[in-house]
Amino acid sequence: MKRLLPLLILLAALAPLALPSQFLVNLAMLTAFSALLGQGWNISGGFGGLTSFGHAAFFGIGAYTAAILQTRYGLNPWLGLPAGAILGAAVGAAIGIAAFRAGLRGSYFALVTLAFSEVFRIIANSAEITRGGLGILIPLRPGLTNFQFADRRASYAVTLALLAAATSVALWLRRSRFGARLIAVRENEDAASALGVDLVGTKVRALALSGAITATAGVLYAQTFLYVDPSIAFGIERSVEMLLVAMIGGAGTVWGPVLGAIVLHIIEDTSRALIDTPGFAPMLYGVVLLAIVAFLPGGIAGLRMHRAGNAKRGANA
Amino acid sequence: MPPLDILAAALINGVLTGGVYALVALGLTLIYGVLHIVNFAHGSLLMLAMFGAWMLVSWVGLDPYAALVPLTAIMFVLGWALYAGVIGRISRGEDRAILLATLGIAIVLDNFALVVFTGDTRTIETPYSFEMIELGPLLLSVPRVVSFAVALVLAALLWAFMARTDTGRAIRAVAKEPDGARLVGIRPGRIFALSYGIGVACLGAAACLLLPSFYVSPQVGNVFVLVSFTIVVLGGMGSFPGAVLGGLIIGVTESLGGLFLGESLGPIGISLVFIAVLLLRPTGLFGAAR
Repeated sequence: MKRLLPLLILLAALAPLALPSQFLVNLAMLTAFSALLGQGWNISGGFGGLTSFGHAAFFGIGAYTAAILQTRYGLNPWLGLPAGAILGAAVGAAIGIAAFRAGLRGSYFALVTLAFSEVFRIIANSAEITRGGLGILIPLRPGLTNFQFADRRASYAVTLALLAAATSVALWLRRSRFGARLIAVRENEDAASALGVDLVGTKVRALALSGAITATAGVLYAQTFLYVDPSIAFGIERSVEMLLVAMIGGAGTVWGPVLGAIVLHIIEDTSRALIDTPGFAPMLYGVVLLAIVAFLPGGIAGLRMHRAGNAKRGANA
Repeated sequence: MPPLDILAAALINGVLTGGVYALVALGLTLIYGVLHIVNFAHGSLLMLAMFGAWMLVSWVGLDPYAALVPLTAIMFVLGWALYAGVIGRISRGEDRAILLATLGIAIVLDNFALVVFTGDTRTIETPYSFEMIELGPLLLSVPRVVSFAVALVLAALLWAFMARTDTGRAIRAVAKEPDGARLVGIRPGRIFALSYGIGVACLGAAACLLLPSFYVSPQVGNVFVLVSFTIVVLGGMGSFPGAVLGGLIIGVTESLGGLFLGESLGPIGISLVFIAVLLLRPTGLFGAAR
């Protein structure tokens, strides 16, 4: 079973490509996109325990980088991906250096990230280069070289590729020395520091890595929906979405964000089918978050580990 | 540089709004000081209270200042119930769990309001909405002056309650030394729910004071959550005089930001103050060293 699992995941991920319905492929793409956002948050928020309320800062940097580079400077849209990732990493490192040097952690870190994303939103809302509140419309020119796809299956394939890359980073964190240091910092800063772990450096690197991944999600958003404005890019709703996906699925686990995204989209689509009022589905997300915090702090992925843990304990007894 | 009288008007308007902000921040700082929790739902609870005030005024027909009394009581009960029923049970005393629980409450409240009231922006009209007092060359809006005065009176009452009554002393005792308080017969669980209730009750009063000169929509909580945290952090988490002074400073910052930077860039002042205080002086103006 354990050996078959990666194969099953691969089959499930590729199955939508064979679907004839653009609607269902679109659904799969949106789910994979949420999972990518959640995985970006998970790198620092889950593995590093750095609860951020302002990850939209990185998302928006990526989205605006992609939009500005091609509409203003006429660069090839594919260049948005590396450019967005580099800028996202730089912003992550800068926020991290400022916040962690000042010794901010826990709730204070969450609030300061929110304030940073607000600063970006307000700047985007008034600066000329971002076209203020009007936002930036990317001209429709479908084609592989333009990183725009008329067929949703192609969009899904690109989203899936980025999600696979982000999930490999999570897998690498589980196995690498850096990941071990990061988790040690999350579990006990004093103990980690006593063992010689560089606290600020480790956390800054985690936030930069997370910023890079989240920014690529922003680039992907711009190329898929071809429109960016200050609240789409930097709104608090975006930050909350990433946190929800990771927390519901299981923060600090490799597959948590994927599970979280699937669950969130199932909730969204079934609730929309039942009661189609704006706000109803997000209200349920809040209820689910409360339930997760109360009963399943490890998220849905934690449930499985919990059972496995119980089984082991049972075997030892 | 704008003319002097416009500058003076902006300053005074900032101070007047700041008085009501101070009341919002007093609730937040009380909750932090006693329960040591960061109440991320504060802005959303204020939004809910503002809808409550809007309903009492436009459906029941109360004057907004008369609505203050029942709404403060309603918000107290809501706050008590929210702590006793949800936050206290969920949190298990973990910082992250409490933060996420209050975030969850904020998400539920914001979207509940969106379902019930739709996304429209609402205001109220009173006979005195546009009345002005002349003060030399300055014109001051009557509702703002009244709200400022009422906010300061309520802040003074809250301070007297904390300083002079047995319940107030019990709250301060629990804030300083929960285990010691338990030994002398105080039940911390009750004090926590009571403090959360009082902190939320402040929002009921603030909502009635804000509504005559402000608007309400389901998103308004997002605006206030950063404003109130900025005030509390600036004044020093848990400090009463800090919350009042911080409220006035942030009111003026907002007003001058709007004047000098314009409507779209103006709000950046508050976020920048917040970041600067957290990075450079996290204890705030009046906070004890950590």
